[in-house]
Amino acid sequence: MTTFLGMPALPAFGSGNLFAGESFPKAAHRELGNAQLRANLGHATHTIRDKRQAVVSELPDWEQLRDAGSAIKESVMARLPELLEEFEANFTARGGVIHWARDAREANEIVAGLVRETGETEVVKVKSMATQEIGLNEYLEEQGIEAFETDLAELIVQLDHDKPSHILVPAIHKNRTEIRDIFLREMPGADPALTDDPPVLAMAAREHLRRKFLTAKVAVSGANFALADSGTLAVVESEGNGRMCLTLPETLITVMGIEKLLPTWQDLEVFMQLLPRSSTGERMNPYTSLWTGVTEGDGPQNVHLVLLDNGRSAALADEMGRSALHCIRCSACMNVCPVYERTGGHAYGSTYPGPIGAILSPLLTGIQAEENNSLPYASSLCGACYDACPVKINIPDILVHLRSVDVDSKRGTKKVPSQMDLGMKAASWALSSGRNLGLVEKGLPLGRLAAGRDKKIKKLPGIAGGWTQSRDIPAPPAQSFRDWWAKEHRDAGGSPGTPDGGPSSTPSPETKEAQQ
Amino acid sequence: MRIALFATCIVDAMYPATAKATVRILERLGHEVVFPSGQACCGQMHVNSGYLKEAVPVVANHVAAFDTADYDVAVAPSGSCVASVKHQHPMVARSCGDAALEARATAVGAKTYELSELLVDVLGVTDAGAQLGSYFPHRVTYHPSCHGMRLLRLGDRQSRLLRTVQGIDLADLPEADQCCGFGGTFSMKNADVSSAMLQDKAANIESTGAELCTGGDASCLMHIGGGLSRQGSSTTTLHLAEILASTMEEPASVTGEVLVSTGKARR
Ligand code: SF4
Repeated sequence: MTTFLGMPALPAFGSGNLFAGESFPKAAHRELGNAQLRANLGHATHTIRDKRQAVVSELPDWEQLRDAGSAIKESVMARLPELLEEFEANFTARGGVIHWARDAREANEIVAGLVRETGETEVVKVKSMATQEIGLNEYLEEQGIEAFETDLAELIVQLDHDKPSHILVPAIHKNRTEIRDIFLREMPGADPALTDDPPVLAMAAREHLRRKFLTAKVAVSGANFALADSGTLAVVESEGNGRMCLTLPETLITVMGIEKLLPTWQDLEVFMQLLPRSSTGERMNPYTSLWTGVTEGDGPQNVHLVLLDNGRSAALADEMGRSALHCIRCSACMNVCPVYERTGGHAYGSTYPGPIGAILSPLLTGIQAEENNSLPYASSLCGACYDACPVKINIPDILVHLRSVDVDSKRGTKKVPSQMDLGMKAASWALSSGRNLGLVEKGLPLGRLAAGRDKKIKKLPGIAGGWTQSRDIPAPPAQSFRDWWAKEHRDAGGSPGTPDGGPSSTPSPETKEAQQ
Repeated sequence: MRIALFATCIVDAMYPATAKATVRILERLGHEVVFPSGQACCGQMHVNSGYLKEAVPVVANHVAAFDTADYDVAVAPSGSCVASVKHQHPMVARSCGDAALEARATAVGAKTYELSELLVDVLGVTDAGAQLGSYFPHRVTYHPSCHGMRLLRLGDRQSRLLRTVQGIDLADLPEADQCCGFGGTFSMKNADVSSAMLQDKAANIESTGAELCTGGDASCLMHIGGGLSRQGSSTTTLHLAEILASTMEEPASVTGEVLVSTGKARR
């Protein structure tokens, strides 16, 4: 079954779990109130952050590796249609079946249909972002098919009927006591004497999962990479549970975003160095599974791949934003992000949290979808994400770009301009000439008055109230530097410089004393 | 050398002492300082808030003020404003399809330096005490602002200068590389997250026992100082330029005309 993806006339945006249902500041406000969450997150992100830093700094060619990773991904994006066709030809030639899915709904229907054909009602799952993005588990459940997550952290989240909050460590927001309680409550046959010792918890999960591995006939996975020149798929994981799913069942269905392609087998070399160090802080990845079509008598005999667009073509069409598709989902950006560290992943609404989520979600869905236009503002633009990203996605620049897409999308649509619109307009006037700014600065003594005797301004109205929520403003000076300079140079007999003209000259030696 | 001062709007309006200190340092080294009076602002608040269209006149004004002026290099006591001049201005010009403005902006950006960058890389200052007479007998901690650190790659230029100030007791700031939470309009749009970041920064500053926290960006210092003040802390903030300009004869006024954030007299 092959459908040509075609070139849609309009960008076809994605659907599924990509939307912030409430604005980021609102969601963040709630999550910030959860002290346990903040403590867990702070501890977890700092541990991974330090581990990553240590293994990254020991590589002398880390920057070259990042350059190579970035260049390879750029070339993939530049010739994606051609590489997809090459991949399809090779994958098909080796006995695999390709399915093309425009959006979440199509992908879900394809997977459910394939499971139904096997006659099974249970599937085991390898941890996968793509299937979370499309909401596959929920869809399968509606269709009477039960999906069992086999990644330990994913299992915890699933048992708790919760949502992942981190792309690599989905249960990063839970500590071990909370995990023990979830097991006791939700895991059939869990030992009532279960302790919160991590090895004990891991053993309990292992027993629970082993039963599933040995009986499951169908597995569903994602993929980290797809190699166009051989038609090979790759899954990179740490626990070995993925390996079980990829080898034991008879049918293997993989769902993968179209951007995961690499041109050649050799390119994998770069990414197998970048990914483990960036994500788990390991020098080498523990379980790397690669499969190329069907091998008779070994492993799954029905091998399917659903190639998912779900807004990726739209993201690709955004010249400034398209490099977000380079992402290899290592999670380094969220581990170093000061915003993510404090709010956690749920505040971002979408499957993709943190800095990458703040750009990827609105790129996939369009800026106007639900509350996704609040995501690009969820950053102080500190740039830690860009420095950490193994494929050098300039996240801060894309955030700023998407903010302007947001502002522009609203121009002329509002009857009443927002406070921010008015402020920016006024500031544009004040700050676009020295003369205008000088005029505004004449009002500085007024601010002194407002500051009162303790010389602090403690409460401002409107959006500026966000500032005085936790900070004072110092009383402004009696005189701006500009006025001081003009006066100094006039008094000194130097040329004062015309208000908007050329430079005024340096003071004569005598007046230098006076300036202090 | 003829050096054009880009005071930056926040220093011009709120912290004139920082600009005066910058002038003093450069003159002490025997250079001539000029102040292109058409200057106003780098426009990063507009760009970073998504108001690209409104940023165009601001950027055009900066370029006009600085590409007509007769000077060798330009300097600003702010890492983020210099980063904006260097990286954002050509982009803003491109966004409005003005190739001529883009070329002029690139030229202006190429000769604009952040203060520590100018001092260390161009003017060869390696010992502030010996070459500038810098003297500041206080316990100080230092916050390297994100844009200086990550966009300009200032590295240890600022801290090296500080370390060589006579009499200074420089305390390392824990988690120094973490953002203070300012982020321009982020501090208002996402006030809760910004405040949470600020709290941690303030706690780290307090843990050093420093009398004041210094740095190279007035905006971050205003944010940090405002937070410390609100929490009732006696720790204040002071721009790096003022510490470098401080001498035995003319010590920096940390309570002077420009009130450092608390406005309280420090001893
Ligand atoms: S954006 Fe970069 S750092 Fe973040 S998850 Fe993707 S590859 Fe990793």
